Amino acid sequence: MEDEDKLKKQQRERREFLSWLGSALACGAAVIAGDAGLQQAVAAGERTAAAQVPPKPAIPGYDWTKHRWAFGVDATKCIGCLRCVEACKKENTVPADAHHFRTWVERYVTLEGEETARIDSQADPVNIAAAGSESEYRFADRYRDAKVAKAFFVPKLCNHCTEPACVQVCPTGATYKTVDGVVLIDHTYCIGCRYCVQACPYGARFFNEEMNVSDKCTWCYHRITKGLLPACVEVCPVGARIFGDRNDAQSAISRFIHDNRVQVLRPETGNAPNVFYVGIDEDVS
Amino acid sequence: MEAQFLSSPFSGYVYPNETVISWTVLIAVYPYLTGLVAGSFTISSLYQVFGFRQLRPVAHFALLVSLCCMIIVPLPLLLHLGHPERAFNAMITPHMTSAFAIFSFAALFYVILLMVETWFVFRPYIVHQAQQTKGVLSWIYRGATLGSYDLSDNAMRYDSKWVFWLAIIGIPGAHGLHGYVGFVFGSLKAREWWSSDLMPAIFLFSAIISGTALVIVLYVLSCKLRRAPIDLACMKVMAYSLWGFMMFTLLLEGVEFASLVYRGRQGYDVIMQFVEGPLLVPFFILQFGVGSVLPLAVITFFIWRGANDRALVVGMTASAALVLLAVLMMRYNVVIGGQEISKTGKGLLAYYPPIFGREGLLAAGTLLILPLVLLSILVRFLPPWHEREQMT
Repeated sequence: MEDEDKLKKQQRERREFLSWLGSALACGAAVIAGDAGLQQAVAAGERTAAAQVPPKPAIPGYDWTKHRWAFGVDATKCIGCLRCVEACKKENTVPADAHHFRTWVERYVTLEGEETARIDSQADPVNIAAAGSESEYRFADRYRDAKVAKAFFVPKLCNHCTEPACVQVCPTGATYKTVDGVVLIDHTYCIGCRYCVQACPYGARFFNEEMNVSDKCTWCYHRITKGLLPACVEVCPVGARIFGDRNDAQSAISRFIHDNRVQVLRPETGNAPNVFYVGIDEDVS
Repeated sequence: MEAQFLSSPFSGYVYPNETVISWTVLIAVYPYLTGLVAGSFTISSLYQVFGFRQLRPVAHFALLVSLCCMIIVPLPLLLHLGHPERAFNAMITPHMTSAFAIFSFAALFYVILLMVETWFVFRPYIVHQAQQTKGVLSWIYRGATLGSYDLSDNAMRYDSKWVFWLAIIGIPGAHGLHGYVGFVFGSLKAREWWSSDLMPAIFLFSAIISGTALVIVLYVLSCKLRRAPIDLACMKVMAYSLWGFMMFTLLLEGVEFASLVYRGRQGYDVIMQFVEGPLLVPFFILQFGVGSVLPLAVITFFIWRGANDRALVVGMTASAALVLLAVLMMRYNVVIGGQEISKTGKGLLAYYPPIFGREGLLAAGTLLILPLVLLSILVRFLPPWHEREQMT
C-alpha cells in the first residue's frame, strides 16, 4: 500500500516536472520565435519605410536620396605617381605599412617577346626598397634595361558594388549599402570576423588591427557628403580618377561613362561594380 | 599604437591587402571540432535510432564526446573575432543573408539538444547517484535530477521515446550544422579553391569519418585506462562505418578536385603550381597518402580477412588516429590553402602560423585538447561505460 502511494507520488511528481519542463520549453521557444518575429517585423517595417521614406543620415544639408555616386578610372592617363595612395592613407588614417590599402595602383608591363604582363603594385618589396620605407610610395625603375612592349598603370579601390558580396556575408549588418550607392562599415558594430574580407573578389577589404575591425575605401564619404571630391580624385594630377553623381547627366562621371566604352572588373561575379574603367587589358581583374 | 599583424611572403602578383592572411589556424580548428561533433553524434544515433545493437558499448560515450566538442566549438571563433565582446551582435541583429548569422542560433539549439538528450540518457544513473552518494556529490546529482526521481518502467519507456526523437532531430541538426560550415566556405565566389557546390557534402562526410575515428581512438584508450575488455563486435561495426564513409569522402574529394582541374578556369595554372608545390606534403602525403589511402588499405585488409583479435584493435586504432590527422589536414588545407592562392589568380602566398599568440599553434592545440579535458571530467560524473549499465 505504502509502495503504491510512493509510486503514485513519484508519477505525480514526474508529471508535474514534465509539464513544467514542457511549459518552460514552450515559453523559451515562444520568446525566441516572438523575438525573431518581432525582429523580422521591425526589419520588414524598416525595409518598407526605407522604400518609401528613406532614413537620412545626420549630415547637415545632405540628402542621400538625391545622389547616385560612381567612380571612373582612366588607365590611359594614370602615370603611377601614387599621390592618390598617399593622400588616401593620410586622409583616412590608413595604417602606414605595405599591407593595408584603401586604394592602390597596379603596374602592368609586357616585355618584348612575352605574352603575359608582369604585374606589381607599390606594395611589392622592390618598390618599397626604391621608396625607402613602407609609408612612402614609388614604382622602382625596374624595367629600365628591358625592352618594354606595353605598359600601363591601373588604380584600384573598392568597387562599391550594386550587389556587394561583402554586405551579403556580414553576420551583423555592420557593413551596408547606403541609398546613394556607397558601401560603408559601421566600425562601432563590426565584430571583426573578416568574412567580408574573404568575400570581396577584388581584395579591396582589409582587417584594421588598430581598430580590430574590417576596413576599406568609403569614396571619402565624409568629403563627398559635403560637396568635396574623394581625396584620391582631388590629388590626381592627370585626371585619371573621375568621381561624380550619376543622377546628374552633366557630372564628370556621367560624361565619362557616356563618352567612353567603359568596363567593370570581374563582371562574372554578379557583384555589379560601380567603378568604371577605360584603357585596361583583359588580364586586369 | 603599433598594430600587430603577420604578413606573408608571396610570389607572382597578389593584391596588397591579401598579404595578411585573414583566417588563421583557429578557423581550421572550428570546422574540425564541428565535424567531430557531427561524426560522434552519428555513431550515437546509429545505436539510438537505427538500432545498431553492436554499437551499444560506445553509444552513450559518443554522445558525451559530441557534447564536449560542441561546448568548445564557439571558442575558436570567439578567440578569432576582432571584437569578441560584440559577438552577440550577430544574435541581436542577425543579418539573414549571411551564413555566419545563423551559426549562433544553430549552435545554441544544438548544445541544448545535446544536453537534453544526455540528461535523458543518464537520468537513471543520476537518480541512482542522487540517492546513494553523500555530501557535495549528492547535491550535484540531486541538482542534476531536476527533481525527477521516477524510474518506473512507464517512465523509462517515456524517456527512451524522448531519446529516440531527440536523436532523430539531432541527426539533421548535427549534419546540418556541419554541412552549413561547408557552405560558409563553398558559397564564397571570391576564392576558386573554396567555391564548390560539393564543399558542404565533402565537409559532412569528412566530419562523419573524423567523429567515428575519434570515438574509436577514445574508446580503445578508455578501455585501456579502465582495464576493461574491448568489445570487438563494436570495433568491427565502427570499422565498417569508417570504411564506408571514407569511400564516400575520398570519392567526393576526388570528384571535386578532378572538376577543378578539368574545368581549368582562369587561375587554374596557379592552382596547379600550388598543388604541385606547397601542397605536396600537407595534401598529397599527409592528407591523401598517410591519412586516407593507408588507413583505408588497413581497414580493407581487416574486413577482407575478417580479423577478430588484438590485431584488429591495434590496426583500427592506428588507422583511426591517421584519419583524425587526415581530416585535420583537410581543414587546414581548405582554410589556409584557400587563402594561399591569391584572388588575383596570378600569385601565391605562404602562410607560416605563429606558435604563440592569440591565433597561434599553441592556442589552436589547446582548443583541440580542451574537449578531451572536459570529457575526462564528465565521464567521472556520468560514466557512459557499458559494464556500469549492466550493473545498474
